[in-house]
Amino acid sequence: MSLPCTNELSPLGSDLALRLRIEALYAAYAQAIDDDRLEDWPKFFVEHGKYRVTTRENHGRGLALAMMYCDGRGMMSDRISALRLANIYEPHVYCHLTSAVRIVDCASAEIGAQANFLVIRTMQEGEQTIFACGRTYDRIVDVEGRLLFKDRLVVLDSRQVDTLLVIPI
Amino acid sequence: MSLSEGNHSAFSMPPDDLSHVPFRVYTDEELYALEQTRIFRGPTWNFLALECEIPAVGDYKTTYVGDAPIIVVRGESCINALVNRCAHKGALICYKHAGNVREFSCVYHNWTYDLSGKLTGVALRRGVAGKGGLAADFDQASHGLERLRVETYRGLIFGTFSEKTPPFLDYIGRALAANIDRVLIKPLRVVGYHCQALPNNWKLYAENNRDSYHASLLHVFHNTFGVVRPSMGGGVKISDSGWHHLSFTQREPVADKDVGSEKVRSLNEQYKLADPSMMEHKLELGDQVTNAIQTIFPSVVVQQILNALAVRQIQPKGVDRTELVWTILGFTDDDAEMAELRLKVNNLVGPAGLISMEDGCVGGFVQRAAKADPTALVVMPMGGRDIAGSEGSRVTEAAVRGFWKGWRECMGF
Repeated sequence: MSLPCTNELSPLGSDLALRLRIEALYAAYAQAIDDDRLEDWPKFFVEHGKYRVTTRENHGRGLALAMMYCDGRGMMSDRISALRLANIYEPHVYCHLTSAVRIVDCASAEIGAQANFLVIRTMQEGEQTIFACGRTYDRIVDVEGRLLFKDRLVVLDSRQVDTLLVIPI
Repeated sequence: MSLSEGNHSAFSMPPDDLSHVPFRVYTDEELYALEQTRIFRGPTWNFLALECEIPAVGDYKTTYVGDAPIIVVRGESCINALVNRCAHKGALICYKHAGNVREFSCVYHNWTYDLSGKLTGVALRRGVAGKGGLAADFDQASHGLERLRVETYRGLIFGTFSEKTPPFLDYIGRALAANIDRVLIKPLRVVGYHCQALPNNWKLYAENNRDSYHASLLHVFHNTFGVVRPSMGGGVKISDSGWHHLSFTQREPVADKDVGSEKVRSLNEQYKLADPSMMEHKLELGDQVTNAIQTIFPSVVVQQILNALAVRQIQPKGVDRTELVWTILGFTDDDAEMAELRLKVNNLVGPAGLISMEDGCVGGFVQRAAKADPTALVVMPMGGRDIAGSEGSRVTEAAVRGFWKGWRECMGF
């Protein structure tokens, strides 16, 4: 894997600008979810973008299964309408913390980026737990000046999900 | 065994009545301990693994039967199931989920075992320079790993601790074996795993799978998109013993008016999928069954929901905690299109399953409320009081009562 963007010899200004844009994308994405603006969530993806949540166990073994598997904005908005209208779960919110943002590939128009994440889940009674942590593997494109996910793979460190996963990560 | 032979202090079940159960069964530590010996070490077949997970000699997988850690390993001539506990100090022999070995060796003191669990070596058995070493009267032959009896059926591997457990086919009965034959028709491949921590006693999930009454009521998504509606054809089959069941639904709807005017929570009119491709059902099993949930007492479920095939293993982890391990399956001859459909349709199941996530929380709702008064009784009156199966209707709790029959017979209450 080439790492042109972390090369100290590349122009610092353009590196920084891209890094700041990607960090802004991650922050906007996380806050849309954490603020329950879930109808906005599919809009962070290109029309035929992919979103998957899996575990290290599956990912490491090359097993394709995902617990959420959305191929296109349609499937993403179906996730949200199900959450709003059909699914039963105890009210809860997430707080996403994103760190170790790394741009791994920006040689072409498509940017490869990774980050670590931590999701703290707060239930209505106040119980707070580390619900998930892991790594996101992203392919990001610039569409008319706006960065959008073409592919977002969320890999959870734990093989185990507590109770249920209904809000995307 | 009669229902009166149980010797738990101050615990009894309603005599001659399968339709009531005290809430205490979900909260009592002493009952949980008894279940370990009387159910999981009792006359039951417990799901261990799939043959396709351990294809080569020396391939192993670790799992649990009740609280007992188990190694399932393919030996030279047969599949062995061994208690994952060194005969010396009791350390886990295998602490990884899966792998391949020529022999087992305990990391603690390097005692070694062959793939059948026979003790083959004791480190420093002669001591050092003639001092120390193994006691002269130590009988190596009687210090192997504890073995379970093993049977396989259609690629599923089962184990039992008890000599009294009847052969697997007699245990579940041919009528219910027929559904395993129907679903697992071709060589299997593992599409992936889910593991879901449930905040409730294991029996609440075991009951949930037998509760065909709730399927179209709790799981609104199910009802809305026609995988399971009360008006669809199908039925409930229950083994003669009552212990095991199959609930199935197929596309030959009876008239909707037969459902009556009672309100079923459904969102048919207003709710449409933007992308219904995951609900596309490729008929691959030679019939129109959309949903088949099969339980094998005590702790496994074989599932077909459209093209989502899985085995769900219920692992008790204490009186109020359960791990549900989903092994999601496909067939080895799935083409690219089918492999993609399996990934899509599996949005329905697992911890984030559009029609299964509710089962992750509803057991916890019961568990929390059960503490209020452990002597109060759960009532299960739907479909009568007995354990008879039913043609055409799934509005019954007969299979749940059947589970309690199995539980009482094993436990002696």
